[in-house]
Amino acid sequence: MTESKAFNRVSTVILTILVVLAMLPIVLIVVASFTAETTLIRDGYRFMPKELSLDAYYYMLKQGKIILRSYGVSFLVTFGGTAVSVLLTTMLAYPMARKAFKYRNLLAFFVFFTMLFNGGIVPSYIMWTRFFHIKDTIWALMIPNYLVSAFNVILVKNYFQNSIPDSLIEAAQLDGASEFQIFVKVMLPLAVPTVATISLFTGIAYWNDWTNGLYYVNNEKFYSIQQLLMKIMSNIQALRSNSNASLLGTGAVDLPSTSVRMAMAVIGILPIVIIYPFVQKYLVKGVIVGAVKG
Amino acid sequence: MEKTLVKSRKKRFSNLSLALIALPGVLYLIINNYIPMFGVFLAFKKYSLKKGIFGSDWAGFDNFKFLFKTKDAFIMTRNTVLYNVAFIIIGTIVAIAVAVMMCELGDKKRVKGFQALLLLPNLLSWVVIGFIVYAFLNADSGYLNNTVLRTLGINPVSWYATTGPWPAILIIVFLWKNMGYQSIVYMASISGIDKSIYEAAAIDGASKMKQIFKITLPLLKPTVITLVLMSIGRIFYSDFGLFYQVPQNSGALFSVTQTIDTYVYRGLMELNDVGMSAAAGLYQSFVGFVLVLIANFTVRKIDPDNALF
Repeated sequence: MTESKAFNRVSTVILTILVVLAMLPIVLIVVASFTAETTLIRDGYRFMPKELSLDAYYYMLKQGKIILRSYGVSFLVTFGGTAVSVLLTTMLAYPMARKAFKYRNLLAFFVFFTMLFNGGIVPSYIMWTRFFHIKDTIWALMIPNYLVSAFNVILVKNYFQNSIPDSLIEAAQLDGASEFQIFVKVMLPLAVPTVATISLFTGIAYWNDWTNGLYYVNNEKFYSIQQLLMKIMSNIQALRSNSNASLLGTGAVDLPSTSVRMAMAVIGILPIVIIYPFVQKYLVKGVIVGAVKG
Repeated sequence: MEKTLVKSRKKRFSNLSLALIALPGVLYLIINNYIPMFGVFLAFKKYSLKKGIFGSDWAGFDNFKFLFKTKDAFIMTRNTVLYNVAFIIIGTIVAIAVAVMMCELGDKKRVKGFQALLLLPNLLSWVVIGFIVYAFLNADSGYLNNTVLRTLGINPVSWYATTGPWPAILIIVFLWKNMGYQSIVYMASISGIDKSIYEAAAIDGASKMKQIFKITLPLLKPTVITLVLMSIGRIFYSDFGLFYQVPQNSGALFSVTQTIDTYVYRGLMELNDVGMSAAAGLYQSFVGFVLVLIANFTVRKIDPDNALF
């Protein structure tokens, strides 16, 4: 027994160290966002700075029009995209889960094949920009890539199949319910746990996405918070490699001070950190269910 | 007779309405996924903006010939594959070690807390992670140069222009982001092991270490093999964010940070070389497709329940 206790203790110590190491980088940028600018410039980023200040956050409140706007874009895209995505995903999964559906195998293969092969970004880019003229619209952030993932469809289909008894569907059919009514009134309400899981995965993917912006958005009006952060960083790099101060003035996104930059990164992760304690359960479940069949 | 007729009509109707329910999603996949698949013919064209995709002249395999003549083709393939190999080996070992230790904690609340904190980096965007890494590495005010190296009395390093440390940096960032996620999978697998096996082993006097090496690890083998094979199936793909955001698109680092995904991006958006970029993309998709099929075939032989198809 003592050996087991020793093992338990060693595990606790190692894991505690790992957790601390995993949290330190996040702590560093949070601390940096609260550090006085002069201290940052003199001492660099520190875990325990000499002088703290709320200036970065005041600055954002006062000057933050563009930040606020990009925040709004991110929220709009996240909620809009997730809602449409959940609708499309569940509607696609339902017929696949119905044994009575004649084309279910065909449909399953059609969905599944998208996981095996893809045309790559070049044809997609040309299609979205030249045929759908999606560049510099809000749709560019919502539509490409994220609306339907085969992985989510299969997750929901498995849930429909394994957790909802056929007898429920048959009973509804006897009552004269149409397929659409069965889907909306019987299946969806019973699938809440899975819908919660895929909404979370999709929502986080939209919030964190920067690739659609990178490819399809140049207009500052449609910058998401991620793209705004990205632009600030690339302006810093441009400045560093060019030492040309005129680069500073390119567009409305000029170079905020170091602490403001870090404060912006902090508010970029804030929504996720806020919802995290409440949704952790669904996330962990989703990871386990999806891990192998992914 | 009449009854069966009604029934078959009902069935047909049901098929139709089910198809209609699936339709929006099907249309989306056709546009988002299938049309670009046919677009791979761009790799065989000499693309000109003026002539458009259909009007551009055919180039046969010229794009591929040029691509594989450059050093880039070798560098990006080597980087993509080697980084993935490192991620698979180191990532799997760390994830299993974390999972085993987590399962030894016993205290459920503590397990949940640790799990939550280790998973958190996985939820951050690559852009934010780029900022975090920058806070450590940037030359003037970065934590490493200013605090760590200064305390050790080592000269500052200009991290974004020095290739040497980058394989290590990228592996550390990968582990930091993915360790929690991957260990959850193994934890689920370990908690599925019959407890009575351990009890019996304990009665026989098997030490904890022995139990881990003789019971836990052997029973984890199928999960490990499946997950590793699946990752091997994706060995030609890299996480664009890791290789684009973390090195800050620094040109000085391309020899150790360029992967197929970043090459395709740069070819298309920065160099405007549509043909070459499409060729690299098709090269990735095609080899990736073959590898997934092989990986799945192997999984099906070993462990049919976990095969993708």
